[in-house]
This record gives sequence, structure tokens and C-alpha cells, in this order.
Amino acid sequence: MKYLNEFRDGETAQKLFREIARVTTRPWAMMEVCGGQTHSIIRNGIDQLLPPGIELIHGPGCPVCVTPLEMIDKALAIASKPGIIFCSFGDMLRVPGSDKDLFRVKSEGGDVRIVYSPLDALKIARESPTRQVVFFGIGFETTAPANAMAISLAAKENLTNFSVLISHVLVPPAMEAIMRSPINRVQAFLAAGHVCSVMGYWQYPPLAERFQVPIVITGFEPLDVLDGIRRAVIQLESGRHEVENAYGRVVNFDGNKPAQQMLENVFEITDRTWRGIGMIPKSGWHLRPEYRNFDAEYKFEVRGIVTKESPLCRSGEVLQGAIKPNQCSSFGTVCTPRSPLGATMVSSEGACAAYYNYGRFIQVEDLATACPVK
Amino acid sequence: MCLAVPGQVKEIFEQGGTRMGRVNFGGITKEVCLAYLPDIVVGDYTIVHVGFAISKIDEESAQKTLQMFRDLGILEEELGVEPVAAPLSVSGP
Repeated sequence: MKYLNEFRDGETAQKLFREIARVTTRPWAMMEVCGGQTHSIIRNGIDQLLPPGIELIHGPGCPVCVTPLEMIDKALAIASKPGIIFCSFGDMLRVPGSDKDLFRVKSEGGDVRIVYSPLDALKIARESPTRQVVFFGIGFETTAPANAMAISLAAKENLTNFSVLISHVLVPPAMEAIMRSPINRVQAFLAAGHVCSVMGYWQYPPLAERFQVPIVITGFEPLDVLDGIRRAVIQLESGRHEVENAYGRVVNFDGNKPAQQMLENVFEITDRTWRGIGMIPKSGWHLRPEYRNFDAEYKFEVRGIVTKESPLCRSGEVLQGAIKPNQCSSFGTVCTPRSPLGATMVSSEGACAAYYNYGRFIQVEDLATACPVK
Repeated sequence: MCLAVPGQVKEIFEQGGTRMGRVNFGGITKEVCLAYLPDIVVGDYTIVHVGFAISKIDEESAQKTLQMFRDLGILEEELGVEPVAAPLSVSGP
């Protein structure tokens, strides 16, 4: 496929690896913000082929992973109500709430449906006027314009049987929280390319300046990721901290203005709790009061549900880059994709699931002892 | 989740006042909302996420990046510089 195959070429990848090795003189730790990038890195073994000392810290950019337990419990409460059609992206169905997940609600007779787009949920609402249809609107800035459009269309059509359980989170406040954390080790960011395709990267220069941290807008194909790493290393080695765009074919400085305008019309900034990380001020969106009729939290009166996170799961430390997934004692034993303790093991983009699916049961530094060269 | 796939716009039409289109992803065609790309025309490539085209792919920029990849390391090869890193220090930076 055009724009995919060219950016997966093995020979060029080797060249980029050689180039990264050539420009690296010291160890550096950088964070790939987006779970899609984590998936690409682990699937292609990029982390294992980098020069020793270049560490990739897997960031919190997996919306399924950071949606708080409380929001899952609210979804479960709504989906369990009789007569409701509850629509969600597939990833959310296996995320454990306090005592069950959405698959369990479905097996108990709930009408839980997997949709590809919020527009599919809207279509179901139009076709089922006697049923209440609720869409689980999670995601980062990339997904929010789709959900905003669905809500805006529902309002325009005066649909009274469509609402959305909104749990949108924003990337720049999370990057700031990571840099402010006392356990932070991140020295450079590979910023999430598709978030920037919507938002542009005008928000990043003040971040780069304040925390003296290079930020490279990075894509998702192996060559994109390698080029992001190469540019970050060059900046780190020369003591620079600039915002650089390594994903120019998709991202420009301003981003998608019509999408940003729609977001402004439908949502307003709010504090959000991130699963495993905690509350980050002004790190999310909720519906503006004028769209309250479409807000499932109000419509189904689940705003009172308050849930504490489980202490068993160390996904918070994984999401902040403090530990790698295979450093958690539950990894691959009591916690697997079939029976996950936390959301990072559920989502295909979660760091724990990526490590599990690509067989990373052992840490790189232990490989030498486990497989001694004869 | 923020997975977005490149595809080529094959057809543009209105549906209930919303700008929609058919986009071809390597042989598979899907209906996609084009409301956020008012300037996109048939034949353009776009990145699609959860049924929405969010960005038009800039062919010139893609070619520039690929050319930059081709040119990488050429100077070093000509000068005979070994493409091997200097020894890494053991302590952190």
C-alpha cells in the first residue's frame, strides 16, 4: 500500500540504525508517547536493535489504558440498564471494571455492540428510535473530532435517543505531568503523530522550552519511528531542545483547523483522572453544558459512581515509564490478555499486551545469562 | 487507538448535509466522513481514523523524507568514516 510499504523498507531501516549508532555517544532515555508507536517498536524489535544505552520509555498514549476504573464502572452501570444499546470500540469490552467487564454484561443479556466509528452508533440510534443508544466516547485528540461530529449531528437532527459517555484525554498536559514527576527519566519525546495531525504542534514549543526537552513529532511505521529516534538523539547529543517534525507528510504546524473548531464548539477543558497515574489538571474534555442532553453521565445519573483503583496492578508505573511490563511480578502469570489485571494488558496498544504478544517475557539485560553464547 | 490508515479518495458525495466519500485502502473501499477536509479532491491520499479523514497526505513531504533516507550516510561512506558509535559511557548522562 502506498505510504506504508516505502516506510517499512528493511534496508533503509538498517541504514537508519547505523546512523543512530553513529551519532550516539552516550546513553539517552526517550519516551514514545503513543501506544501505536509502542506497538510498532515492539513488533519490529526496534528497541532490541538500537545501540545499547538508547532506552525507549513507553508512554501513556493508550486511551483504553488510561480510562479510569470509575469510567468503566459508569459504562457497566449504563450498559446493564434494560433497553439500552451500548456501543463501544472493541478494545474497551475486555477492560476490567470493579467486578466485571462489558463482555460479561453482554453475556448476561445486555445489548453491547462493537462499532468501528461513532457514526455507526449514530446510525443505530436513527434506526432504533424506541431504544436509548449510548456510545462510549474515549480517546485522545485524534478520536475526539469524530465523537464531536457525532454529537453535533445528533443535536442538529434533534435525536433524543443518542448520548455519549465522554472520557477524552489530552496529550500535552500528560507530557507536562511526566516531566514534573519526581520519578521522571524522560530526556526527549517522540510526540504522537496522529494527535498532531488534528492539533498541529503549536502547543509544543513552550513545553520544549520550559522543560529543556527535545520533542520530535513522530509517525508510526518503522522508518518513521527510527527517524524520530535519530532526530531526538542528534538534538540530545548537541544539547538542543527544539520541536521538530519528522512526520511532515501527515502533520503540519497548525493541524486540522475545521476539526479544532468542532472540538471547541462541542467540548470544554476539564480535569481528568488517568488510570494508574491519577488526576492531571486540565487534561481532558467534557461536553459543554449546551450539549448536556447528549451527556450519558447526566442522562443515566451515573455521576455519583466513585471507584478506587486496584493496588495489584502496576500499570501506573508502566504508563509513567518507571518499570517495563516484564518487571511486574504479575506479568504473564496472573495477568495475561485473556485475564488482564489492568488495561495495559488489554488494549492492543497497551505496553503490557505488546510485550506479551511479542514474547518479551524476559528483560534484554537478562538475555545474555539466559542464552549464553557457546 | 490512534491508529490511522492511509487511503485514496475515490468518490465524494453529500449525505444528510455532511461531506462524505469512498476511500480505497489497498483494495478495500470504505465510506469515510470528509467533513474535516473541505479541500480534499478525488485522487488525493488521506489518513483515516475511526471513519474520519483527519489529514491530507502531503506527497511532496513524503518524497522529501524518502529522499533524505536515501541520502543518509552517503557523506560518511564517501569519507570512509566507520558507521560505529563511540564507546558508551557506563554512567547516566
